[in-house]
Parts: sequence; C-alpha cells; structure tokens
Amino acid sequence: MSKIGIPRTLAYFLYYPLWKTFLDELGEEVIVSPPTSREILDQGVKDAVNDACIPIKVYHGHAAWLRDKVDFIFSPRLVSVRLFGDFGTETFCPKFLGLPDMVRLTVDKLPPLIDTRVGIKKDPKEIFNIAADIGDVLGKSAADCKKACRKGLEVHKKYQKLLSSGVLPPDAIAQLFPNEPETNNKVRREEHQRQRLVRKPNREEAGLNIAVVGYPYAIYDDYINGGILGLLSKENVQVFTQDMLSDKVLNRQAKHLLKSTFWYFSNRAVYGGLHYMKQKRIDGIIHVTAFACGPDSVVDRLLEIEAHRHSSKPYLSITIDEHTGEAGIRTRVEAFIDMLNYRRDKI
Amino acid sequence: MKVSFPHMGYSYLAFKWMVEHTGHECIVPPEPSKRTLDLGVRHSPEFACIPFKMLMGTYLEVAEMGAEMIITSGSNGPCRAGLYWVMHQYLLEELGQPVKIVALEPPLCDMRDFIGKLRLIRKTGGISTKQLIWVLQVTWEKVKAIDEIERHSHEIRPYEIGKGDTTRAFWQALEMIDAANSINEVRLAYREALKVLDAVPQDNSRNPLKVGIIGEIYVVLEPSANHYMQIMLGEMGVQTDRSIYLSGYTKKTTIYDLEGDLYTVAQPYLNEAPIGGHGANSIAETVLYSRHGYDGVVQLAPFSCIPEIVAKSILPTVSRDHDIPVLTLFIDEQTGKAGVQTRLEAFVDLMERRREVKQKQSTIARRLVI
Repeated sequence: MSKIGIPRTLAYFLYYPLWKTFLDELGEEVIVSPPTSREILDQGVKDAVNDACIPIKVYHGHAAWLRDKVDFIFSPRLVSVRLFGDFGTETFCPKFLGLPDMVRLTVDKLPPLIDTRVGIKKDPKEIFNIAADIGDVLGKSAADCKKACRKGLEVHKKYQKLLSSGVLPPDAIAQLFPNEPETNNKVRREEHQRQRLVRKPNREEAGLNIAVVGYPYAIYDDYINGGILGLLSKENVQVFTQDMLSDKVLNRQAKHLLKSTFWYFSNRAVYGGLHYMKQKRIDGIIHVTAFACGPDSVVDRLLEIEAHRHSSKPYLSITIDEHTGEAGIRTRVEAFIDMLNYRRDKI
Repeated sequence: MKVSFPHMGYSYLAFKWMVEHTGHECIVPPEPSKRTLDLGVRHSPEFACIPFKMLMGTYLEVAEMGAEMIITSGSNGPCRAGLYWVMHQYLLEELGQPVKIVALEPPLCDMRDFIGKLRLIRKTGGISTKQLIWVLQVTWEKVKAIDEIERHSHEIRPYEIGKGDTTRAFWQALEMIDAANSINEVRLAYREALKVLDAVPQDNSRNPLKVGIIGEIYVVLEPSANHYMQIMLGEMGVQTDRSIYLSGYTKKTTIYDLEGDLYTVAQPYLNEAPIGGHGANSIAETVLYSRHGYDGVVQLAPFSCIPEIVAKSILPTVSRDHDIPVLTLFIDEQTGKAGVQTRLEAFVDLMERRREVKQKQSTIARRLVI
C-alpha cells in the first residue's frame, strides 16, 4: 500500500470522488492536501514561474506541501474528456496539458508523479485503459483496476447528481466521504462551520439570486477568491454555479456562439453564463477570473458583450490574484448586491 | 470590395499582391505603430495578448481607411489565437464598424468551410477558380522569397561594415520581389535580390555570436512588436536565426526538419504535444540550437501567452541540461525599446564572456595534452 497525494485544487473539485474511490478500491491510501492557505500560496508563488496564473501557482504549492508525506502525487494530464467543439478539438487549457511537466521540473524533491494522459475523446471506454495504466504504476492487475474504475464512475455519477441538485462541490464531497481521516477533514469541517454555504436553489423571491460562473478551482477555493461564496450567502443570496447544470442544459447554449472555445472548463463557464442570463429569476451574474488567465481574456469579454446584448442583467467580473484580500472582494460584492437591490426596488 | 488583412512582418507585400489580383481593392495595413497599439489596447480585453491588441488596432485603422472585409486565419486550438477572429468580430460590431472578418480555418479540420470561404473571396472579386489558384501559387512563391531574403539579411547583417547597409539593401530587395508578377518573375527577382544583399560590403574576419530566436509566432515575426530585435541584435554584431518563418520553407537552412520530429526532441521535458501555439516547439528548438553550437537563445512571447508560460517554466531545466543560456522576454504594451536593448546588451556580454572562458579552457586543455 502506497500513499498517494492529491492536491486540493484545479480538477480536484470535479473529479475528486472518482479519483478517491478508484484509489481506495485499489487499496491505496489517499492523502489530500489541506485547503489553500497563506503558506501553500506563498510556497507556490516561490516555486512556480512568475507569469503563471494563481491557480497554477497554488497547484505548485499543494504539490510542495505533499512532497515529503506521500509516495506518489496524483496529477493526471487532462487532455480531453469528451468529443466536443467545432472540429471536435475540445481540450484543456495549455497549462493543464503541460502541468505535470511544469510541476516536476520546478518543484524540488518531488516524489514521482502519476501523470497518466487522460484523452478519452475518441472513445469514452478508454478510461479503463487509463485506469490500467495507473494501476501498472502501482503494481495492480488490470482486472482490479477495471473493477475499481467502475466503482469510481458510479460514485462520480452520484457526485454529479448531488451537484445538479444544487449542492456545492466541497459539501458534496463531505457528504460522499463522511469518514475521511481527521487530518484532512478537520480543517474543512471548521471551515464549514464558519460559513454555512448555500444548499438548495431557492425559487422564492425573498433573497437575491446570483449566478457565479468561472472555473471550479476559482469559485470553490475559498482562500484564493476571498471567500466570495460565503460572503454572498451571508448576504442572504442564493448562489448558482455552472456545475449545477447538466451537460445537456449547458450544451444547448453552444449554438449561440460563432465558435465554441477550445477548453472544457471555459466552455462550461461560458454556457453556464449564457444559460443564467436567460433565466428570469437570476438577478445578476458574477464572473470570477484569475489575473492574466489566458482563456478568460476571451471568456470574460464574451460574457460581458452577451450580457450587454441579450439581457438586462448586471454583470460583475472579479479578478483574483495572489494579493487578493477579503476586504477588496467584500467591498465589490456588497456594492454589487446593493445595486441589485436598488434595481429590484425600482422595478 | 475593399479588403485588408493582418500585418505580420514583411509578408504584407505578398498578401497585398494577392488581394489586388483577386479583383479586390487592397487596403494595405499600416505597420503597427504607437497609435495602432493605443487603439488596440483601448478596445481589447485587458489580458488579451499583444498580438490580439495589435491586430485590434490594425483592424480599426484599416476600417477607418474603408476596409469592408478582413481576411485572417483561424485555428483549432488549444491556443486562444484560434478564437481571436471571433472576438475581433464581436468587438468591431460593438464599436459599430461594418467590417466582416473572413477567417480561414485549417483546411484539414473543415474542408467545406475552407472552400466556402475561398469561394466567397473569389465570387466577390469576380475571378475564376483557375485564376484564384494561379494567384495563390504566385503569392506562396512570394512569401517564400520574402522569408528567404529576410533570413539571408539576418545572416549577413553582423558582417556589414557600414551600419544600416544591410537594412537598406533588404528594402531594395523587397521592392524587387514586390514588382514581380508571375512565378518566374518572382524567382528571377529573388535571385537578383540575393545579389543585392550579397553586394553589401562585409568584413568576413569577424566571428559573430550566434543566437536563436524562439517563441510565439506573432511577436517573433512582427518586427514592430519585438522592437526590431533581430535588426538590433544584428547591428550589435550578433548573427540571429529564428525558428519560425511564415512559409516554413526553411528545410535547408534553419533547424526545422533537420532532426526529424520536434516533438520527439521535446519529449524528455514535455510529454504532451502540441500544447498550443509554439510551446512545445520552443523547448525542442532550444535543445536543437544547443546541439548546433549556438551561443544562446532568446525566447520571445507576449505577456500572458499560455503555451510560452509552460515553456518558460520548463526552459531553465533545458538550459541547464544542454548548457545554453536562455533569455526570456515577455512583451506587452508597457515594454519599451530601451528596456529590451539593455537586456539584450547584458545577454550579449554574458554570451561573449562564456565564449572567452570556453576558449581559454580549450587552449589550456590543448596545452595539457601537448
């Protein structure tokens, strides 16, 4: 049994239940890095290349935190998860494509990375071969891997169901794995008691309904975005994110664009934004983006123009970087909420 | 129709000829200036890279001059440049400019789309398919000739005796290509143009440093985006070679195709290719430049360029393993010429010193053997 570390950022928010179940079934011990903190961020800023965006820097920090605690770091190279896009070219941001190499060559004294290439756009069944490849590294038989992978996909489906019922990913993960080792769970539980995050979408007109779109690692990581979801729920706002929508609903928006973007997470954010713009009960849209994020330079302006053209919904774009403080975010969010309330009173 | 296109290095001469001979009126894009960049920056997303902003500025300038259609290229990602025509179209519409952008996507991705767009260009210009093919052939010949002349000019510039002679001869050579009107004329003009360049008085006793230039295609190709870096280096007495030319017609001369597949070369460092743009190429080319005995490599990229950031984080390891210094310059609208020059001068000093040390070591080694 080896210890396998999973950095709590980037794709963690969408795929952790799948990974965790798969590795558990194989009999490995999974260690997740703690939620992003000042130390992790500082370490990441120190290790990573200075031009990288904050999520990538944070990833470096998480990898560095894990280095002397685990035998392997689980960092699969995400290339494609479905056949989609204008020429079937949907992939991930180039930084995701080069991520394992970036981490391996910049963070010192790392344990070996499990950087199996995940490219399943040609055939979704490929995932079993990928599982076998990972098992190969860990010395497991192909049959065991297939079984574990199947179990993982089951849990993944359950997870997606939870998400589409309006549960936010950190809560959904806590629901699926209530007995996680104390070291991992304690911090998170405290975090949760501090800010009770939103559960069910509320259809009543009492509070405001705001759609928060952006990359999962930007909107669910409470440290790097200044706890924006917590701030919103304290103001009695119902939060909607693109991850609460099924692929079917999201992909319906594709036809409204001249060309879909090349990146999986960006497509989800754009379509989520477009979907919520057309929803009557949504009062405003917040887009959380990282400083100097390449794909977001396209996504952000696209959403802004579309919000301006096809709806009367206010649109706020919040840029986060390593100097983002809670006060700054709070001021902007409060001003936005005041403005929405004012609009509502007027109408 | 009044047709224009993006300004990218000296290739505009070939595209100007192409547009004129497809029956359209050509609006020649002005060389990107301070004003172009200012216009672009004002109307672009903050974190778009400098190519986007420069093109935005160029499009607004040609729109002012009356352009109705802009021909540009698309791409299938994952670099965001493939989405830029979409964004430009959106932004031009927002600004109330009645310009249509026709983006040619890679034909292998979508043949029907490609042919449809070519037909649109042909129909609006009123020429036959046969004529269009001929025009494209001549244009391609011109692009190749222009690239080859430019490459040659960078080769001889460090040897020039009178500063600026090469650049003057280069422009003369470009004018000769520009005047040619058929494949044979282009070939003839190309031969003559090489003679003009070779006639520049040269001091062949010099042993210039050799620097490879790698990075993102637009800032590498467009001299006004990189502050005329290759000319600047040439006049400092450094021979430059760059990895990217528009024609890719570089089999004999540059490192392309000399060593088989670039991605195989990059694999020990980056186990995934392509990662968009020229990210993987930058890594492989650094390795190749080192193998070919170059003294250093300059990586050029626009600020926030995703593939080049990946490359940048890997390059220090490549540089260490292959013992070749790498200077990375990220260019944005704040970059000034003096800043670039200072860094380049320091880099040239560093390379000269390395060369001296190496020579000294080899003489000592030789003496020890004797």
